[in-house]
Parts: sequence; structure tokens; C-alpha cells
Amino acid sequence: MKIEILGMGCPKCKKLYENAQAAVKELNVQAEIVKVEDIQKIIDYGLMSTPAIAIDGEIKAAGRIPAPDEIKKWIPVK
Amino acid sequence: MAKECLCQANEIVVFSCSGGSNCGQIANDVAVRLTEEGIGMLFCLAGIGAHVPGMIESARSAKRIVAIDGCSVACAKKTIEHAGLNVTDYIDITKEGIAKNKDFKLSQQDILFIVKRAKQELARER
Repeated sequence: MKIEILGMGCPKCKKLYENAQAAVKELNVQAEIVKVEDIQKIIDYGLMSTPAIAIDGEIKAAGRIPAPDEIKKWIPVK
Repeated sequence: MAKECLCQANEIVVFSCSGGSNCGQIANDVAVRLTEEGIGMLFCLAGIGAHVPGMIESARSAKRIVAIDGCSVACAKKTIEHAGLNVTDYIDITKEGIAKNKDFKLSQQDILFIVKRAKQELARER
């Protein structure tokens, strides 16, 4: 599973990255968490606001910082 | 492209029907002007209609969603609602006394009037 944190690297993006890390740790799942700071990639997702989080290529939230508990709901647990 | 942070709060997002009539194009001009004046941010209605998740989620995080329709067919409002979003502020230009026609030489007076009406709507507490 790939989790992308999309944003230009401001404190809000960093906080979302930390929340994603916490969610993955709490669920004890294997996931690659990557920061995407390339504006073209962000625009290609159709995003008009950041930070945003995508899981396996699907945008789950944008323009806000979901808490770890909310992110956990989007992570498939096998 | 310059490295510009998109983490500003899009508290007010604006959608216009941008339809094929004077009123539809007035709606588009009004949305552009509201954006240029820093009152709201023009968003892409086609992206919402196409159910682009990035666009929908970006709009969902806004505090207010403004829809400006040219006429009572209400395409902008219906498109937004179809994507599961709620319109908080709404203007139907024909209900503001501007007749719908196919004359695309838009009246600046009409545009300014609808800009003013949009500002009045946004001045109301939600």
C-alpha cells in the first residue's frame, strides 16, 4: 500500500505526514508513506487545496489534516 | 512553475454554471471577479461533475460553497449536490431580474449587480 502526502512541505503537510505514520503504526500494516511536493503531480490529482492524502492513488481528504483515527478507516487491513 | 504553497484556507469556494447564455457567462464573470477580489476561490464545476476526487475533497474542506447559476435549471447547484456537497450560498441570476438570452455582449452593469448580490449573500452569517 502506498500513502501519499501531497503538499509543498509546510507545517500542515508535515503534521499530516505524522498522522499517517501514526495510523500505519497503530494498525501495524505495511505501507510506504511518501511526500509529494511536486506541484504538477498535485495539480494532476485535481487538487485545489492541500495538504491532501491519497491512499493507493485515491484522494481521501484535501485542505485539512485528518486525525490518525480517521486515516485508519481508509487503510485496508488484511 | 513557482513553488507556491496551496495550504491557504479556501474558506469560500465559488462555482459558476458558465452556461451557454448571457446569464451563464455572467455567472462565470462574477465568479472570476469574486476570486480576483480575494473574496472566494473559483473552483472547477466540470471537475465536480466528473467526480474528480481531488476536486471534490478540496471543495469539501471549504466553510462555504457558493453556487452561481445563470438560470433556474440550476445546473451548478445540482452538480455540486450530486457529488455529495452542500451549497451554502446560492444565486440564480434570472431571479435577480436579468433575462436569459443568447447575447454574449455582457452588460458590465449586470455583472457588477450580481457581484454585489453575491457579496450580500456572503455577508450573511451561516
